[in-house]
Amino acid sequence: MERNPLRRQLQIMRKSLFDQGYLDEQFVQLEELQDDSNPNFVEEVVTLYYRDSARLILNLEQALERKPYNFNKLDAYMHQFKGSSSSIGAKKVKAESTLFREYCKSGNGEGCMRCFQQLKKEYATLRKKLEAYFQLARQAGPMETACRPK
Amino acid sequence: MAAQGRHGGRKSNKMTALVVDDNIVNRAIHLRLLDNLSIENEAVGNGKEAVDIHCSGKTFDLILMDMDMPIMNGIEATRKLREMGIRSMIAGVSTRSMEQDVREFIEAGLDDYQEKPLTMSKLISIIHKINGNG
Repeated sequence: MERNPLRRQLQIMRKSLFDQGYLDEQFVQLEELQDDSNPNFVEEVVTLYYRDSARLILNLEQALERKPYNFNKLDAYMHQFKGSSSSIGAKKVKAESTLFREYCKSGNGEGCMRCFQQLKKEYATLRKKLEAYFQLARQAGPMETACRPK
Repeated sequence: MAAQGRHGGRKSNKMTALVVDDNIVNRAIHLRLLDNLSIENEAVGNGKEAVDIHCSGKTFDLILMDMDMPIMNGIEATRKLREMGIRSMIAGVSTRSMEQDVREFIEAGLDDYQEKPLTMSKLISIIHKINGNG
């Protein structure tokens, strides 16, 4: 058990991100790529994700303002967004992306719109949680190794 | 590593790899995976850039090729590279899972295919094939 209180708090926060379904195994894969030579790799990749995906969110918003919907275009944007989300282990965001693509394939515009609103909520929630997590991680100092949630 | 790999590559003791992916997040992760295996690496953002870098005279032991990219996708780029006589190991890395899509990609000239996200174990299995262990 971690004795350092900040690290203990960090472990608890990390575990809850997995237990509540915000993150999946892919996040652990990213942690395993982090080492002394690249100690902030995970935070850097997540930062890259939020920067890049903001562009895709904007594209989707603009595409959803145009009627009739171009479902092929919407699907193409979401394919990219889903890919990035999957790469950082953003489990709930990825699930909403999958649902959105299904609505695109069935030509369900209302479904797309509803799903997109939910996706943005999940995306924003994850961002806040990860920002808090990385802020605490910086205070706590480097943890020893990535570990899979029990 | 062999000085001249089974699938081509320049004379060097260090393996070389080219990441071809339009997604900046995936490029960062794939490059880091390669760095961790001490594989020299470069990245380009689409299939045309992959072809162009080979036209400039560079070759690589391994090419990690995404499928869906603007300007030139992974299928076209793989076909083109094979037509140019590039014998490098080309591993398709994509989120596509439908058999038809993957088959078309493989038939374009892939040596291996892995579904994204790419993990260390998947990359190691690709590399084992280069070394003739897989």
